[in-house]
Amino acid sequence: MGALKYLLQKEFRQIFRDKGFTGRLFIAPAIQLILLPMAANYTIKNINIAIVDHDHSTVSQKLSNKILSSGYFKLADYTDFNSKAGKLIESDKADLVLEIPQGFEKNIIRENNQKIAIQVNAINGVKASIGFGYLSGIIADYNNGLRMEWIEPERTSPSPTIDVITSFWYNPKLTYYIFMVPAILVSLVTGVAGLSAAFNIVKEKEIGTIEQINVTPIKKYEFILGKLIPFMVMGGVVFTVGLLIGWVLYGIVPLGNIALLYLFLYVFLFAILGFGLLISTYAETQQQANSLMFLFMMVFNMMSGLYTPIDSMPGWAQFVTHLFPVSYFIDVMRMVVIKGSGLHDISMHILYVFLIGLVLNTWAILNYRKTT
Amino acid sequence: MKQFFSFIKKEFAHVFRDRKTLVMLFGFPIVQIVLFGFALTNELKNANIAVVDNARDVASQQIIDKMEGSKFFNVQKSLMTPSQIDAAFKEGKIKLAVVFPPNFNQDLLHLNKASIQVIADASDPNTAAQLSNYISTIVADYQAQIAPTMKVPYTIIPEVRMLYNPDLKGAPNFVPGVMAMVLLLVCVMMTSVSIVREKEMGTMEILLVSPVKPLMVIIAKAIPYLVLSLVNLCVILLLSVYALDLPIKGSVVLLFAESTLLIITALALGLLISTITSSQQSAMFASMLGMMLPTMLLSGYMFPIENMPVVLQVISNIVPARWYYVIVKAVMLKGLGFASVWKETVILAGMAVFFTALSLRNFKIRLE
Amino acid sequence: MTNETVIRTNKLTKRFGDFVAVDEITFDVHKGEIFGFLGANGAGKTTAMRMLCGLSIPTSGEAMVAGFDVFKEPEEIKKNIGYMSQKFSLYEDLTVKENIEFYGGIYGLTKKQIKDESADLVDRLGLHDEADKLVSSLPLGWKQKLSFSVAIVHRPKIVFLDEPTGGVDPSMRRQFWDLIYDAADRGITIFVTTHYLDEAEYCNRVSIMVDGKIEALDSPAGLRKTFSANSMDEVFYKLARKAKRSAD
Repeated sequence: MGALKYLLQKEFRQIFRDKGFTGRLFIAPAIQLILLPMAANYTIKNINIAIVDHDHSTVSQKLSNKILSSGYFKLADYTDFNSKAGKLIESDKADLVLEIPQGFEKNIIRENNQKIAIQVNAINGVKASIGFGYLSGIIADYNNGLRMEWIEPERTSPSPTIDVITSFWYNPKLTYYIFMVPAILVSLVTGVAGLSAAFNIVKEKEIGTIEQINVTPIKKYEFILGKLIPFMVMGGVVFTVGLLIGWVLYGIVPLGNIALLYLFLYVFLFAILGFGLLISTYAETQQQANSLMFLFMMVFNMMSGLYTPIDSMPGWAQFVTHLFPVSYFIDVMRMVVIKGSGLHDISMHILYVFLIGLVLNTWAILNYRKTT
Repeated sequence: MKQFFSFIKKEFAHVFRDRKTLVMLFGFPIVQIVLFGFALTNELKNANIAVVDNARDVASQQIIDKMEGSKFFNVQKSLMTPSQIDAAFKEGKIKLAVVFPPNFNQDLLHLNKASIQVIADASDPNTAAQLSNYISTIVADYQAQIAPTMKVPYTIIPEVRMLYNPDLKGAPNFVPGVMAMVLLLVCVMMTSVSIVREKEMGTMEILLVSPVKPLMVIIAKAIPYLVLSLVNLCVILLLSVYALDLPIKGSVVLLFAESTLLIITALALGLLISTITSSQQSAMFASMLGMMLPTMLLSGYMFPIENMPVVLQVISNIVPARWYYVIVKAVMLKGLGFASVWKETVILAGMAVFFTALSLRNFKIRLE
Repeated sequence: MTNETVIRTNKLTKRFGDFVAVDEITFDVHKGEIFGFLGANGAGKTTAMRMLCGLSIPTSGEAMVAGFDVFKEPEEIKKNIGYMSQKFSLYEDLTVKENIEFYGGIYGLTKKQIKDESADLVDRLGLHDEADKLVSSLPLGWKQKLSFSVAIVHRPKIVFLDEPTGGVDPSMRRQFWDLIYDAADRGITIFVTTHYLDEAEYCNRVSIMVDGKIEALDSPAGLRKTFSANSMDEVFYKLARKAKRSAD
């Protein structure tokens, strides 16, 4: 165990002497946590709508006003030419075109029904479906209002109405950054702590010092612990810095137990450091480690539910995702931070990540040889 | 001219000899297309929801049947209290709960008015919004269905047309973004690293003392990556047409011409980075931070630009991929011609000229 | 020098696929001896040395180093040897003292021993002004001397030096060899590979490897006599002419 002490002392000396270190530890998290939640805003609001009004009646006016005052839509244009509205969609100036036909008001009253055409730019599927959802809700609402207004009380009999009262728990205003910030923290810890471990070892390989270590009586486990512990500490620091930034900048205070977050963080670090170790046993040069890391970071970030829900993925992709420790941590962060989930709720997450960590570390240790 | 060709040959040899990088170059777009095309969608399916049916009558049952019939939901019936719903949310078992009050049908029949409570786990705001939208639609549907046989008076019937992407798939939104990403990755990162490598190894000096003009040296360096990028572009387009069922609606020639414009811009940026960095590591880092991140974040393919703070919106204007993304969407997905994208093309061309001039000037200064 | 044997190999062989890097080499090294290991590039010197250090597992044959079997007890061997590789292997981002402390520490020296050794070492190398400077700031010759001193900081029985003097000027090399003699005087066996033939003259005994085999083994004077040559250069060229393998 004496050797371990010296190994740790050496690692920390090197880490603190590295000029890029403070950058990685403090500046990178700060930039990512400030920039990403601002950029990665998937709130669907400010949907651009063009209204083609061929009717110019009171009813069409009122409908337009109701749509625009809902807060979801921004008027791209108000016109009575179809072709002009079509151009607006082509040029991305409008996401939706609502076409109110001529005789709209008259037809509603005389024919009792009137069609209204909506065109949606559906290249971005989510935006299209949410935007259309809002719009049809507003139209239905307006329609109900019309009936109330026009139908004389004695004729009230027929149409029964069902009110849907929706409440959004944990995030009543549907604020997007509340959803993003805890997850970005995971991606940060993965990048800063987990993956730099791989670089660190590969660097020793490349400059040849690992040979020198290999001829010493240091035990395999001592060497590996000597590499893991510093990055566990760094991971803890990055995570703490991130939590503080989340609190100061976004007012996000974990609803659940903070100790639970740290518990999971360390289980996660155990797994992700094992992964870094594994990469380092395969990569010979820093350049290779870099390419591998780039690929894996991309796959982790894309597939682990950071941006798109895991539940929507096909079965095979969900299976793959559940092999990544990152997806569990993102889930746990959102559960504990936003909803206040407890130990019981995340116990399976802990178990799985621990098992994944066990496999990765065993694999890495078996693959790390002092001799060839 | 003969010297020039021997240079190009040498550059190709470098590129093809480095198998690992080559695999990366072609593996990257394929992985991205597979991910975006097959794995990642925002479309919700089979979301677990709980139905708390305190009414247990015909009406509630009919609505529940409709929910069970929908591909969006996976319905579990259970009489949960609000605190049990809270617990289920915390455990992540359900995403939404629908609560029918007692006497639901009676209220509906006698008072002509009844209400349903929908509680959504809004820790994921978009999922919550989409799911509650779906519930509202189902309920509205049911309402129309139970209305007396006589026509409901004064009905407005919305008729919707989803343009360009009727199935609301994720791929059409992402593929143009992936194209921009890959072209930039290949050109900016590879060019800058390959030039810096020559600087690091000292072979650049030898090239520059040879009778070939410095400009030719640079062009020779750029050509293999231009070719590789175009090949990569073909791979992406073939994959998206045949694997993702995403036809190219507009002119293929125009698409390639516009892509070449982006490639030139990217090559110039790669050269620029190589003139200001001195090691492969820092060239890589600069390309990553300077190109990949802005492209991911600010080109609009991952996140809508209009939602960003004004500062970022302004910054996004100098990201070449942003304009390219608009062009590809217009040409590939909407089938529009040059007339609709001339403005974006001019901006992109302007950037290409600007960056090429800047990097060549920088390169010359370094020589003197 | 005594007749106690610290390294003994018998038909030691290393194959990489079809390629026989080291082909049945057999030799003894005595305690306190400076044993030179010569050969052209690619002759198999480094591979042989790596096997003796426990860095590479032999394909067949036998070898005992410091009384331990390279197959069964490589970790025991590691406690008793020092190693200085071709690649300069001190940490450039640590100071001179920190490097000494680190390597001393992992060989299990006590705090006091480390302190004494490092004071002694700084003294002997005349590095007083540089002791707290980063290793990266030292000139190559100094780095090599420091590297050697660090490799014997734990007083091993044997120290393996893999082309230790590559790329430095003759006067530096002379100083480096002074350090080697110094260590040998203290009873440390020196096993050194080199391709500087003048350095071979400094060794007690020299073996010359050609294409993975040991073609000659004797004192420099004995070799010159056997090959009726005037210098080690001549001996070497006479042997190396037979080589079929080109440098890798």
